[in-house]
Amino acid sequence: MIQYLLFWLFAGGMLGGAGLIVLGRNPMVGVLGMLLTFVHAAALFILLGAEFLGLLMIMVYVGAIAVMFLFVLMTIDLDFGTLREGFAPYLPLGLLLVLALAAELLVAVYASGLPKEVMIVNGDDVQNIVQLGRVLFTDYVVPFQTAGLILLTAMIGAIVLTHRPRSDVRRQDVGMQIFRAKVDAMVKVSPAVGAGVKPVHWTPKSVAKKAKKS
Amino acid sequence: MDSLMGQVWAEVLTLGNLWWVGFTVVCILLVAVPVLLGMAMTTWFERKILGWMHLRHGPMYVGWFGLLQPFADAIKLMTKEYFIPEKSNKLMFLLAPVMIFVPALLAWAVIPLGPSPLPAIPELGLEAGAQMVVADINLGVLYLLAVSSLGVYGILLAGWASNSKYPFLGAVRSGAQMVSYEVSLGLIVLSVVVLAGSMNLVQIVEAQRGMWFLIPAFPAFIMFLVSILAECNRHPFDLPEAEAELVAGYNTEYSSMGFALFFLGEYIAMITMSAFTAILFLGGWLPPLDIAPLNWLPGVFWLALKIIAVLFFMIWCRGTLPRYRYDQLMRLGWKVFLPLSLAWLILTATVVKIYGNFGV
Repeated sequence: MIQYLLFWLFAGGMLGGAGLIVLGRNPMVGVLGMLLTFVHAAALFILLGAEFLGLLMIMVYVGAIAVMFLFVLMTIDLDFGTLREGFAPYLPLGLLLVLALAAELLVAVYASGLPKEVMIVNGDDVQNIVQLGRVLFTDYVVPFQTAGLILLTAMIGAIVLTHRPRSDVRRQDVGMQIFRAKVDAMVKVSPAVGAGVKPVHWTPKSVAKKAKKS
Repeated sequence: MDSLMGQVWAEVLTLGNLWWVGFTVVCILLVAVPVLLGMAMTTWFERKILGWMHLRHGPMYVGWFGLLQPFADAIKLMTKEYFIPEKSNKLMFLLAPVMIFVPALLAWAVIPLGPSPLPAIPELGLEAGAQMVVADINLGVLYLLAVSSLGVYGILLAGWASNSKYPFLGAVRSGAQMVSYEVSLGLIVLSVVVLAGSMNLVQIVEAQRGMWFLIPAFPAFIMFLVSILAECNRHPFDLPEAEAELVAGYNTEYSSMGFALFFLGEYIAMITMSAFTAILFLGGWLPPLDIAPLNWLPGVFWLALKIIAVLFFMIWCRGTLPRYRYDQLMRLGWKVFLPLSLAWLILTATVVKIYGNFGV
């Protein structure tokens, strides 16, 4: 019975968070609402006995994806006034989309006749990470590896698309910095008493080496 | 509906449930209060050690050896004016320090403190050698990583809500830094999990009964120590609060208790990460040698000693090393630690596949 109470609590929190995303005047509030939604979804997963999925949800979505959203939102110049324009004309379309998606999901869930538990616990293994691993790397090994390859391709694609060699930027050569020795940077003189320091024309050893080579 | 609600409440508010809730609250307080006290003493410890390293005395006027200095500081901070900048986002400005402080304390729910030194009390349902942990969950390691990844929000929000340039720059730096080092941190932790064959923190410690993971996973231990410095925004990676360039970083606009909460959060995160290191690599509550005078002492003592040792390392780094440049920090995280920790994970997995793990 206590599960039902917790379910209402988490589901309510999730809906509240989702409402904040849509209705929040400030996009930052929207991101906070997203956080709320993710955390409550994770709590629902844990309630269903899938604690691995729940914690993964927090780690991946809250710990990485929402941080990225926050980063982008923080660094772009936002004009809160213009953001709200055109809310009313798009509202019916948005509502229709939501209803269509919800109907599709409900039909899918009821037509498939799937059991209502997320994790089907079988065998005497209590850790569902072990069961998940067993399923992923036996029955679903090809789709799993394929998904990994697709993600890798996407990552490389993103890097290739955004990376461009820039000649106008001066770069740090860390190796050179680390191997810079004392002889390259300073010269020690011991002036004679009463004579003072004579001007020393000194070139660092590394520079001298380069000059010799060329 | 009404009767259903009544039924629910009748089942929820049973004597057994209430007893369980009360017992859990007491457990939480038993962990949280020492952690908060430990946090206060860590500030004293840090100032004293840094003082000695600088050939100064450190705090020495309030209490013996300045032991009451943290409490004097707390009273001072609490009685100061709480100033909220005019152009800030008020709600998030107030929320941000709490969002740093709470996840740091939340992590302590899964940290095992060793077997109970108390004799068995059957009336309370306590066994003699019962494990002292608020929540003994199977995925403790994952929970710790998940909760520690929440801490970045407080810093990001603080910087953004202040509506000021320096805190904003500090927050962006800190966000990038914490997210980058979480990746290699997670991979190193995963290699230890493979070594122990479990994600349960109690079982990870039990797996180290024969040999601390410090020895078989020494390179991972070194990488972990450096990564926790970056994850806690500590020297030499304390770029978010580089006072020379950013005034003070994300907490510039904060005063009074809001400012103090950032430091509470930072120091608790330090203690949490030290405890995590102690559990993953230094055998948790286990004595260094399982012989007579050493194993008479309760496990909590050994755990505390190891936490203090790691904390000393963190403070030692602060007293020794100059601050890293930002590009050096990112380079170290992504180009050195990520490939190295990935390689170490693959190596560990291969060796474990051939020779088996330390599992119990």
